[in-house]
Amino acid sequence: MGAYVVRRFGLMLVTLFGISVIIFVLLRLTPGNIADILFDAGGYVDPADKARIEAELGLDKPLVVQYAAWIGGLMRGDLGYSYQTEKPAIDEIAPRIPITARLAAVALTFSVLIGVPLGVVSAVRQNTPLDYILRVVSLSGLSMPAFWLGLLILMFFVSMFGTIPIYSETPTSFWSALVMYSVPAAAVGFRSSALMMRLTRSSMLEVMRQDYIRTARSKGAPEMAINYYHALKNAVLPVITVIGIEAAFLLGGLIVTETVFNIPGVARFLVEAIRWRDYPMVQNLVMFIAVVVVTMNFIVDMLYAAVDPRIKYGN
Amino acid sequence: MSTADFSAELAAAGANVKSRWGSLRFFVRRYPLGSIGAVIMTLFVFAAIFAPFITVYDPLSTNAAISLARPSAQHWLGCDFMGRDVYSRIIYGARISLAVSVGSMLLGSSIGVTLGLLSGYLLGWFDLVTQRVLEMMQSLPLLVMAIIMAAALGPSLHNTIFAIAIPLVPYVARVIRANTLSLREQPFVEAAKAIGMSERRIALRHVLPNTLAPLIVLATAQLGSTILTESSLSFLGLGVPEPHPSWGRMLSESAAEYVRTAPWLVIFPGAAISFVVFGTNLLGDALRDLLDPRQRS
Repeated sequence: MGAYVVRRFGLMLVTLFGISVIIFVLLRLTPGNIADILFDAGGYVDPADKARIEAELGLDKPLVVQYAAWIGGLMRGDLGYSYQTEKPAIDEIAPRIPITARLAAVALTFSVLIGVPLGVVSAVRQNTPLDYILRVVSLSGLSMPAFWLGLLILMFFVSMFGTIPIYSETPTSFWSALVMYSVPAAAVGFRSSALMMRLTRSSMLEVMRQDYIRTARSKGAPEMAINYYHALKNAVLPVITVIGIEAAFLLGGLIVTETVFNIPGVARFLVEAIRWRDYPMVQNLVMFIAVVVVTMNFIVDMLYAAVDPRIKYGN
Repeated sequence: MSTADFSAELAAAGANVKSRWGSLRFFVRRYPLGSIGAVIMTLFVFAAIFAPFITVYDPLSTNAAISLARPSAQHWLGCDFMGRDVYSRIIYGARISLAVSVGSMLLGSSIGVTLGLLSGYLLGWFDLVTQRVLEMMQSLPLLVMAIIMAAALGPSLHNTIFAIAIPLVPYVARVIRANTLSLREQPFVEAAKAIGMSERRIALRHVLPNTLAPLIVLATAQLGSTILTESSLSFLGLGVPEPHPSWGRMLSESAAEYVRTAPWLVIFPGAAISFVVFGTNLLGDALRDLLDPRQRS
């Protein structure tokens, strides 16, 4: 187990290194850098001024040097400066992380609390009208773009209360903070809960066909105990994987949801940074996302061994 | 893809496949939801192809006099702030959606199949390197990857297709690789080897056709996600540029402010996206059940 953890951790670092190279190269393929954009906006181009700005930002150096400077900085905890605001990148990114993290946590809680029980119900009542309804609802959850659902929710708020839930840095009460986070979280979490539900259902159906479930039934165990104790316990393993993956993929949905609800989180910030060709910001933000995803996968792998005694790594 | 492709599968499932209509009838009876999905997809393709014949107004012509007109007998779904007919724009938008989704699905799948087949067949260092690189690509959410690609390439129809296709590659390649790995151990591959068939011919004539079923399942499932990704990119202003009437783009123009003033600009384009993706999901579920017996419930 110990050797496996070490090897798995090493692989994680290799993956992150690879991503950093991919992102760095991709961003340099982009036509136009920040200097171009600033000058486009200004409508006036003096080549000398432009060259001076590029030199100041280090854009005139060879790519390898630029890359080394970035990674070297990261190692020392120096994320560089934002081109746009000229503040240290860490000061721009750090305050936005908790906002997005809270949204993701609420959304994930929603999706597990709603998705898993409904998936069990759907499996237990397979091929009943209830099952059909739940399946269609979950499929429509997977079909709606998160930003559209967000807009529909805003529309609902306008027609019901005449106003929309507005994000504020300092919510007046716990209650208003809860509303502030749970409304966007519901918009982004609907898809995840639909996914959880489908997965729990198919996983449950598979487990319920197993011999030991038949045995439990034939020895006269109550139906409730079979479904919720014997079956669910074994059906939950693939669901755990998805919780891990979803936690990371929620970031994708949060990009559009934060845009719709006008929330100053880290996901929306990525798109703004891309628009400004703010390389240090984009690089660091993408690396941050990659670290979150890779760490989540690592944790899920470890959880596997903890939850399922049949899985033993390293032997 | 024709219904004839499924005849072997259908026969195995006990269907009457003597005629083309027989297999179609079987599909409808066995998968009512999947058939609804197929109808939705047909409508979608129909709207894209015959757009000029089923619309009255030009999707691009502006008219300040009818800016933000409510849905009415003349303009069924209302008009946007430039006075463009929303119904026309949605119908023509089907062309963009269809082009981007089918284009990126085909591109992503063909690269993915090639890599997966090579990886599972050659093994060795090629497999090792490919798997690592694909893993890296999968460490970023699909939308994040697509956003970066789209931003790097610049906004255009072709670049949008490319930006969505590349992030799909790892998902296809991994399924095809796993399938190739199990296929190469099969007796029929061994038999082909025994009669002295070249590796290349075995890979192309015997292994590749057998990966078709999982590929169809995967491709249908992807079709929906490519449409959603395109709409998200366009919503963020990183996808298909103006004046193309892309569904996601229509929502970005109308986003927050029209929630109060012109709800029809918000409701209809989003409904179009959801409707079509719902169709692909319904059809995809039925196809998975039909072609992948292991997952049959």
